[in-house]
Amino acid sequence: MSLMHTSPPHTRAATSTGSVMAWVLLATLPGIASLTWFFGWGVLFNVLFAAGLGVGLEALILRLRARPLGVTLRDNSALVSGVLLGASLPPFAPWWLMLVGMVAAIVVAKQLFGGLGQNPFNPAMVGYALLLISFPVEMTQWAVPQGLFGADAIGLGDALGHLLGIAEPTDAMTGATPLDAFKHKGETLLASEFWATDPLPPGTLNAWHTTALAWLAGGAILLFKRIISWHMPVSLLGAVLVLATLMYASDPSHHGTPLFHLLGGAAIFGAFFIATDPVSAATSRKGKLYYGAGIGVLVILIRQWGAYPDAVAFAVLLMNFAVPFIDYYTQPRTYGHARPNRGIKVYQIDDDEDDT
Amino acid sequence: MADFDFPGGIYPPERKTLSSRAPLVQAPLPGRVILPLTQHLGMPAEPVVTVGQRVRTGEVIARAQGMISANLHASITGIVSAIEEHPVPHPSATLGEVRALCIVIDADPDGQNERLFMPPLDWRASDDDTLIERLRESGIVGLGGAGFPTAVKAQVRQRHAIDTLIVNAAECEPYITADDLTLRSYTADILEGAQLFARLAGAGRVLIGIEDNKPEAIDALNKALSQALREPTAADIAVELKIVATRYPSGGEKQLVQLLTGREVPSRGLPADVGVLCHNPGTLLAALRAVRDGEPLISRIVTLTGEALDRPGNVEARIGTPLQELLAFAGLQPERLSRLIMGGPMMGLALDSFDNFEGWNSDALPLIKTSNCLIAATAEELPPAPPEQPCIRCGACETACPASLLPQQLYWFAKGREHDKAELFNLFDCIECGACAYVCPSHIPLVQYYRASKSEIRAREQEARKAEHARHRFEFRQARIAREEAEKQARREARMKRTPTSPTQTTNNDTATVRPEATSTAADHTAQLRKLKIAQAAAKAAVKKAEKNLARTSEARQSDKTELEDMETQLATARENLQATEARLATLQAQRQDQETNPS
Repeated sequence: MSLMHTSPPHTRAATSTGSVMAWVLLATLPGIASLTWFFGWGVLFNVLFAAGLGVGLEALILRLRARPLGVTLRDNSALVSGVLLGASLPPFAPWWLMLVGMVAAIVVAKQLFGGLGQNPFNPAMVGYALLLISFPVEMTQWAVPQGLFGADAIGLGDALGHLLGIAEPTDAMTGATPLDAFKHKGETLLASEFWATDPLPPGTLNAWHTTALAWLAGGAILLFKRIISWHMPVSLLGAVLVLATLMYASDPSHHGTPLFHLLGGAAIFGAFFIATDPVSAATSRKGKLYYGAGIGVLVILIRQWGAYPDAVAFAVLLMNFAVPFIDYYTQPRTYGHARPNRGIKVYQIDDDEDDT
Repeated sequence: MADFDFPGGIYPPERKTLSSRAPLVQAPLPGRVILPLTQHLGMPAEPVVTVGQRVRTGEVIARAQGMISANLHASITGIVSAIEEHPVPHPSATLGEVRALCIVIDADPDGQNERLFMPPLDWRASDDDTLIERLRESGIVGLGGAGFPTAVKAQVRQRHAIDTLIVNAAECEPYITADDLTLRSYTADILEGAQLFARLAGAGRVLIGIEDNKPEAIDALNKALSQALREPTAADIAVELKIVATRYPSGGEKQLVQLLTGREVPSRGLPADVGVLCHNPGTLLAALRAVRDGEPLISRIVTLTGEALDRPGNVEARIGTPLQELLAFAGLQPERLSRLIMGGPMMGLALDSFDNFEGWNSDALPLIKTSNCLIAATAEELPPAPPEQPCIRCGACETACPASLLPQQLYWFAKGREHDKAELFNLFDCIECGACAYVCPSHIPLVQYYRASKSEIRAREQEARKAEHARHRFEFRQARIAREEAEKQARREARMKRTPTSPTQTTNNDTATVRPEATSTAADHTAQLRKLKIAQAAAKAAVKKAEKNLARTSEARQSDKTELEDMETQLATARENLQATEARLATLQAQRQDQETNPS
């Protein structure tokens, strides 16, 4: 009889990457449901189509790289990237927009770097940022919250038409996002006057707030299941709140309220679902705090002074650049050491090359 | 509850009730024992018996060699049938199974009452040197798993001030209940053993750290302690029971020190550096038996558990018993066995050359001094590890790490063979507890990566020190020649006591070049004598320094075999030098006496 020879530990907790990703997918359901409820079937089509593209592109590249398909696809990570990008896109995004986005996300940002675990940048956000810069018109027209079944609701067929690119959304269907509208209110208009003009289609603010809270509910699931730690969402949202409060306190007539910044855009979605992508985020607990706070600060800075109304994608990508730096400077104090290591002080133990 | 905390930790299923319900029993005496010469950390013991010799239970069959080593005793009465290589589980599980020289004894069925124990000692009335000599003689090593020679550890006072003795009864690994049963069965003995070691170390208090999943042992300890309070012995040192929450790895030495005292053992240091000494309850019991009953280390308590056993439980078995016999005693169902693990499921060693369950076989693995547990697991119980997947940098490992390391960074560095960076991220502070690998959702065998990286780093360092090691060996040879020469000289001097001719002098040692001249004057003699005495003092200091270095390095367990051997060589050199100087001193003194009694 031969026995298995294995290295310790000989027992393992019953977790797997696949189940971690499955929980993330599950946690996106409230947010997606809320988006679909308010903005119509298009959202659902986006999510499903992008997710399908994600899996398909991942399988294609894995084949080209001659890597085993089954094990890798079962980690569900391509599915998660697809769902997250799909949920970020406007409800009438055509198929080619999503294809471009997903190629950038899965092929360029993920697989060209070596696949899961190797990508320095958040794949979904690479795709999103590329689309936002390349196709600003398509990317900034959001839907009017006409609901799923209301009189003015976009029907299933229309939504499918938008996806296939055979139907253009009419002006009645499109509207600005709250952040967009507020950003372009003009210097002369005070905030109170702006809101008094009823600048958004009816129900828009309510839809965005409800959706943000739905994402929050999903985030709570992730926290509860310990899929993510509290560090990043708390520091990210904390930074957003603190900066937004400071700006609002300094000049309430031209700045959004802290609550508007928190619930009006993608801050909560980004805090729980985008920033927390473990692969491209900082690794130590302390590093996660800095990383999250950095994203929060950048979100407010870009919303305030940048060219784009919302900023989660750019903020996350910029902080992705900073991750190695953060990691070197936020090492925890190891047991038995008086102080933590800071930075990188590499000394060469292999001097063979120098000898020759 | 404990007053302090350590970060991280995990909660694996405990599975202790499997073996903790049955009472402790004696395993049947084996028909043959296989006693490896290396069941401890340090140099192998040197056989002092020959094949065919009859030995009695408790007789020394191999003597410690060098400073860090341990004696080996016959665990049964019988005939030495072979001294040969056998596969054995290595005392440090990292090395796995190795082939090592073993003394095999075939039992004499009629002679099992014949024993050769040492005379009993009253430890309260004995001095420290006697007790330490007894511990050394008894071959006792740390029974918790490390196998460090206890006599060396007991001399900690020479090097460190100790204020606290910790009895490590946490037993945090799943499955293992050997310490639990030891504590329940021999409560008073263990407490007395703790007193013995506390006295030897000069500790002012004893803390017993135990996880709260051992209520019976806690009850027994509480009863014994309150009884001790009622009838206090003047010399007794205060004992405190510290119950800690069940969390792996609370029984890790460093973690328990932190839990109970709030102190951190410095990196690459020892608990003794912060005034703490840790002992396993089994070691305390063995030490007390060695002192009180004169019984050397010939048996130990071991947990036999796992779902492939019909009658799991704890047994007291003779060292060297083939594992098959123990498993058969516990009712092994061979067809259900999928993995055999020595030690716990987190840090234990998977045995794989265990391939014959029918009777004795030449490749039988023996029970060794450091085996605290045998898990005969079924395939459902400890399923094979799923395939390794890419790291998603989720940080679960970091949350679990009790040493506040960044396990995934270490993994990347180990995988990319960036050893310098791995060291920078404190790879050598990893205690290899396996908590990170346990929680990893990508099923990465992290500990394996760290071990590979550590051993590569050590191999490089060793390569760098090869020349140095060779020089040390050369120095040792020179010192030995010089010592032999000096001794020869002393003998010659003694023989030719009244012959005035001076023998030829050769000088081949630089530490003590002073040579006695038969024709020298009394004043010369005094000067030479003084020089030699200074040389002797220097040689003594050199021996002490070498001993200290060796004890420190070996206890810290960060150095490997070659390193220890090198330090043993240095120590041996220092000893040779001391002996040579002493021989010369003796010669000179004899000459001087000669001259005084018989002036020429």
